[in-house]
Amino acid sequence: MLLRFALKNLTGAGLRTALNVVVLSLVFIAIVTTQGLLEGMNRQASRAMIDAEYGGGQYWSPDFDPYDPLSYSQAQAPLPPKLAEMVERGSAIEELIVQGTVYPVGRVFPVLIRGIDLGQDVLDLPAHTLGDSGAEIPALIGERMARSTGLAKGDSVTLQWRDRNGTFDARDVSIDEVMKTTVQSIDKGQIWVPIEVLRDLTGRHGEATLVVVRQGATAAPEVEDWSFKTVDFLLTDIRNLIMSKTLGSMIVYVILLFLAMLAVFDTQILSIFHRRKEIGTLMAMGLTRRQVTLLFTLEGTLIGVFAAILAFLCGGPALWWLSRVGWRLPETTDSYGFAIGDVLYPYYGPWLVTLTAAILLFVTAGVSYLPARRILRYRATEALRGKML
Amino acid sequence: MKHRWWIVALLGGAITASGEVPDGDAILTAVDRNIGSDTKVSTARMVIEGRRGSRTVAFKSWIRGMEESSTEYLEPPRERGVKMLKLGDQLWAYYPSTDRTIKISGHMLRQSVMGSDLSYEDLMEDPLLSGLYEPVIESEEVVLDRLCWVLHLTAKRDDLAYDSRTMWVDKERFVILREHRFAKSGKLLKTTDVTEVVEIDGRWVGKTVEFKDALKSGSGTRFIIDTIDFDVEIPEFVFTKAILRK
Repeated sequence: MLLRFALKNLTGAGLRTALNVVVLSLVFIAIVTTQGLLEGMNRQASRAMIDAEYGGGQYWSPDFDPYDPLSYSQAQAPLPPKLAEMVERGSAIEELIVQGTVYPVGRVFPVLIRGIDLGQDVLDLPAHTLGDSGAEIPALIGERMARSTGLAKGDSVTLQWRDRNGTFDARDVSIDEVMKTTVQSIDKGQIWVPIEVLRDLTGRHGEATLVVVRQGATAAPEVEDWSFKTVDFLLTDIRNLIMSKTLGSMIVYVILLFLAMLAVFDTQILSIFHRRKEIGTLMAMGLTRRQVTLLFTLEGTLIGVFAAILAFLCGGPALWWLSRVGWRLPETTDSYGFAIGDVLYPYYGPWLVTLTAAILLFVTAGVSYLPARRILRYRATEALRGKML
Repeated sequence: MKHRWWIVALLGGAITASGEVPDGDAILTAVDRNIGSDTKVSTARMVIEGRRGSRTVAFKSWIRGMEESSTEYLEPPRERGVKMLKLGDQLWAYYPSTDRTIKISGHMLRQSVMGSDLSYEDLMEDPLLSGLYEPVIESEEVVLDRLCWVLHLTAKRDDLAYDSRTMWVDKERFVILREHRFAKSGKLLKTTDVTEVVEIDGRWVGKTVEFKDALKSGSGTRFIIDTIDFDVEIPEFVFTKAILRK
């Protein structure tokens, strides 16, 4: 009965209800859209990095620390038998990383020279294109690297490095392919060459810096001195970044919610003031104060329900369309370091929608109840005369 | 050590007086004896030629043997007070603007020093050559109006920075007037050209040297020694990390 009353009252309020519903639904859509974009960014970047660099996890050689460039000169070690066996089976690939310098048109660029197996299919990296030209040292670079160095497919450039004994060596390498990738860490300042060529050039036969496990393959349990890094560990940075962005967005969500709740709160106050006689009548007809309070609270909460429905009906198709077409990002986004490419596809998980709706309804119910509490102190006789306590 | 120049003169005299083609090792030994000293204190300037003109960096260095050196930058004002300390194969730099000392190693050693054609690695390289390289006298050429031996040096050990070098050594003064350093592949990496030689305490010293990274474009870096004192007493603390913040 109370629900029917509440619905009638809401529809009777007309434009006032409609405005509240529209404002709340806009807030709902704004929150879901923003969170969807952040979640899409997380998923897109994680997927790209897993496919192109992390695979199913990595084994790091004893002295390798990607966050410490000083460690790179000692970050090569002979492959332990267990890992060699995994590589042999095709469940993993090895990577050898050596510091070097390229000299495109007489300019100096410090780079990491990364050796990779040409026939590998563990990572989404066009290593097979190396050697197409038949050059002595074929090389693969990314588009960003090509842009910053001015190199293009077919170019030849001098590459300098130090071998395992510290002796300088330099040769001309041929750029066999320029790959397009969203993952900056395999592109900027990186130059890929066949691993066996790099081993020959540096005298590091049988050595590697890291071993990338194939997605879905089981990692070897214990490998002496080599530490296994899970995908979760490798993705910690990107997840922390998204988390910090989410927390930043929370401030906006709170402001939006506050404004919407202010509207609901004001509406409730006005509604209670204008409907004093109605409150008295309802009490005279036998409704308890608690029931009348519940009625007003229900009316406010229903605004939230209508807002969720409106958001679902109007925003749903728009958001679905956005998740399919994606959001084309400006070129400057590439410099932020996210592996998301040109287009960002938002992701609206069931949890996101449900949780946002639940929070919205809970807050709306709370804000509706606060002014309605006054009804608990009303006396029917006073209310009937239009007097407030 | 004070009489080292006599040894150089005698050794040089012996080589040149014989009139025969000397042994390459003897030439290298004479070169090392000319350069080497227990300690050196020098003030020098580095004129770095860049796209937007040249700039000069002045510094004072204290050097003990081949392993220890301490440098303080004097000019330009922006670099004044920057200090570098080399102990063995380790290098530290102190920047007064941030009051921080950083250890320079790994890829940072390949960065150029103050935008010059010299890398930190070049600064750290051991200049004594005899015993490390197998010298072969290739020919004689005139450089800077001086008759020189052209020596091709091949590394005897596989842990040296440069696999081979070619150097033009003054036949009388045993000072290197030109040098080319090569990668293992034979590619030319660095060149040095002495344009002015002076005699100090019986030693012949390249006063003005032009360094050039052969792989890099640009006019190179001119290195000018303003003053140099050999075998002077240097306090012990100069070669400790404490000097950096002092």
